[in-house]
Amino acid sequence: MSLKIDQDHSRFKAIVRGKIRENLRRYVSQGELMGKQGKEVVSIPIPHIDIPRFRFQDKEMGGVGQGEGDPGAPLSQPGQEGEGEGRKAGQGEGDHVLEVDVTLDELADILGEELELPNIDTRGKATIVDKKDRYVGIRNVGPNSLRHFKRTYKTALKRQIALGSYDGKRPVIVPTRDDLRFRSWRTDQEPVANAVLIYMMDVSGSMGDEQKEIVRIESFWIDAWLRRQYEGIETRFIIHDAVAREVDRDTFFRTRESGGTMISSAYKICAQMIEDEYPPSEWNIYPFHFSDGDNWSVDDTLLCVELLKDRILPASNMFCYGQVESPYGSGQFIKDLREHFGDEEALVTSEIRDRDAIIGSIREFLGKGK
Amino acid sequence: MFALKTALPAYLRDEQARIEEFAKQFGLDYYPTVFEVLSYDQMNEIAAYGGFPTRYPHWRFGMEYEQLSKSYEYGLSKIYEMVINNNPSIAYLLEGNSMVDQKLVMCHVLGHVDFFKNNFAFSVTDQGRNPRDGGAVRKWVDTMANHGAVVRRWSRRVGIERVEELIDHCLSLENLIDPQQPFEKAREPVGPLASLEEEDETPEEPRLLRVEREYMESFINPEEFVEAQKQQLAEEQEKAKRFPDAPMRDVLGFLVEHAPLDAWERDVLSVIRREAYYFLPQMQTKIMNEGWASYWHSKLMTERVADGSEILDYADRNAGVMQVSGGRLNPYKLGVELMRYVEDRWNKGKFGKEWEDCDDYAARQSWDRRTGLGREKIFQVRKLYTDVTFIDEFLTQDFVRDHKMYAFGYNPRNDRWEIETRQFDEVKKKLLFQLTNAGNPVVRVLDANHGNRGELLLEHDHQGIDLRLDWAREVLTALHRIWKRPVELHTVVGKRETALRFDGRDHSDKPR
Repeated sequence: MSLKIDQDHSRFKAIVRGKIRENLRRYVSQGELMGKQGKEVVSIPIPHIDIPRFRFQDKEMGGVGQGEGDPGAPLSQPGQEGEGEGRKAGQGEGDHVLEVDVTLDELADILGEELELPNIDTRGKATIVDKKDRYVGIRNVGPNSLRHFKRTYKTALKRQIALGSYDGKRPVIVPTRDDLRFRSWRTDQEPVANAVLIYMMDVSGSMGDEQKEIVRIESFWIDAWLRRQYEGIETRFIIHDAVAREVDRDTFFRTRESGGTMISSAYKICAQMIEDEYPPSEWNIYPFHFSDGDNWSVDDTLLCVELLKDRILPASNMFCYGQVESPYGSGQFIKDLREHFGDEEALVTSEIRDRDAIIGSIREFLGKGK
Repeated sequence: MFALKTALPAYLRDEQARIEEFAKQFGLDYYPTVFEVLSYDQMNEIAAYGGFPTRYPHWRFGMEYEQLSKSYEYGLSKIYEMVINNNPSIAYLLEGNSMVDQKLVMCHVLGHVDFFKNNFAFSVTDQGRNPRDGGAVRKWVDTMANHGAVVRRWSRRVGIERVEELIDHCLSLENLIDPQQPFEKAREPVGPLASLEEEDETPEEPRLLRVEREYMESFINPEEFVEAQKQQLAEEQEKAKRFPDAPMRDVLGFLVEHAPLDAWERDVLSVIRREAYYFLPQMQTKIMNEGWASYWHSKLMTERVADGSEILDYADRNAGVMQVSGGRLNPYKLGVELMRYVEDRWNKGKFGKEWEDCDDYAARQSWDRRTGLGREKIFQVRKLYTDVTFIDEFLTQDFVRDHKMYAFGYNPRNDRWEIETRQFDEVKKKLLFQLTNAGNPVVRVLDANHGNRGELLLEHDHQGIDLRLDWAREVLTALHRIWKRPVELHTVVGKRETALRFDGRDHSDKPR
């Protein structure tokens, strides 16, 4: 059913979408966003668009309430007067939070538009084409197995009412041949491209919770974007301190080890993984490594450089190294990488100072369209 | 698409007739009321439009709709009743509500309609008199639809973006209207001719008393007097240069008349202003209106309408409406309790000099003169009061104590909201402050030719509480959009007299 308000409603949603873009930075860096991730949908808290007026300052204004409590007792839900029923979970400032559901795909699109990310030049089985049937419409003929019951019923109902043979007391609907409606499909041809993301993270003692949170948020957005670009995507997780091991997603973000850092250990596993499971001719390979840039020794760094040069880089579309700033890390590793791979296009480095730097970092990683 | 069926089904029509009969017996006097039954999304749509079937196009209604439908879908809230001040009044019932709910809503609505018809504040929404029966013409459904048509037409002609942008700005000024203005006698369109006035121009010299003998000069016109006269003269000269001649609270009206606007801009601004005046009485009488309607739904339901099998459901529903959550005031609850309190006082004769002078707590508790004037009194109250006067006159120390009311405020030391006090006068003062001017700051146009440069000067009548500054600046931007010359607002920021100014590019605030 169409409502008169649809126009205003879609106009508002368009503005909100604009709103999402404008404030994207803010939302991306809010960890809470991750918590509200549903199956396919992400709830994004959107501020209610307030129309500014001459108003009193809430905090000076105060108000009158009713109930128990001595002077000095704190109020549970302060600030604005509400209309019973608890319509808005209010904060003191009168910031009404409105949540809008956005599908992950949409979100990735918004991200792509905002960051002006290029679509990725995929490689691999670009020539292999897969066929896919999509149900896209309705037609009047078709096999019974594809009969659209509801549409058929509606058409029959309309016809009977128009003919006056509909009896409200005995609402029997008999579809005739002309009433039947069937689903129809279209066959799309799609090139298949596969990608694997290998996330590596330093979990040594110097990586604190805040650092890991940054990695978590950044990898979420990278995931969202690359999933939008590739049909089938796999993710693998490797954590390391002085030794490395493969883990599942959950462990990846939770583990906190202590001890030293040998980055080469992770690179070894990564290289091995690529060689064993992901032949570069068929896979688009994206290793990501996050660390605070504190490596054990110069020798180990040289080992890393060698591993990258000989085994990882030749196989990968792009190798991304993100360095999270931490109070304990020396931050030396990124300098070493830049020194050795200054002119290597497939190796991207990025320094992530704090949550606000995440967006910029994503742009550095994905802005090349590889 | 089949026509939407919104007419009342027969069993509800019978119920309406029954309820109206009871309501008449109690003396309620209401406009004819048309009930319609809506599905929840129609309900949400109409609620988003403020109760009307059509409004002018604007995203704000879409936002309301989004919120209403979201909170309905998540089961956070449901709209039970909606009624619009129109003659005939139109009210909506939600399809699929239980019979008790529908009855309750009908009773409640009749209370509202009686209030619309009889409360004096609502007389400003009259659009004339019906020549046949002398009743008030209130065709606001049509008016709102016309406003919609006007705005849509201009949207087509000058573009929806421009119109929407202007509406955004106009809405920032929506609360700058004068609650008293509708009651003032229409100003004389043309004043007395200038030459007939006694003093056609302000004098050049200060007016002094005539002195016959020179040595008397310093006695007849002592120095203080001369000074005072000089000052008065200066003020008068200053005033003569000013336009408008007296500070004007109807800022919107002033802008409609005097701002350099294109025809379409003037139309849009007038639409916003007219609608603002329409909604004003509802904001001025929120507590009374809900109190009155709740008083009557409970009276009608419990004494006449509900049968034995329904009374528990009714009580449950009623408790939901009356609940106080999170320590905030519920206008339904406060309104109905205060209404009953007034009724009780006048029933027992708790008024007049004798009552006021009585200090004996025990005597006051057991006071009963069996005057039985309660019903009569509350009918009078519903006619002659608005929230401010209602609270001012009837909110007593006893009531505040019995209903555990308190004043709360923000405590910056521990960053939380706290109960400040239960002192009667503090609570009352705060409540009245909140209700005055419907909780809006009082802002007036002082001078439309400020600094002799055609700039617009406004003043905020500061009563101890500062404006929210970021918003105030936004409003100045909106004013500049309308006035098209620099705008300035005199207010107080942190105890300092300050002039906020927007010159079209930059905001500045400097102490005065």
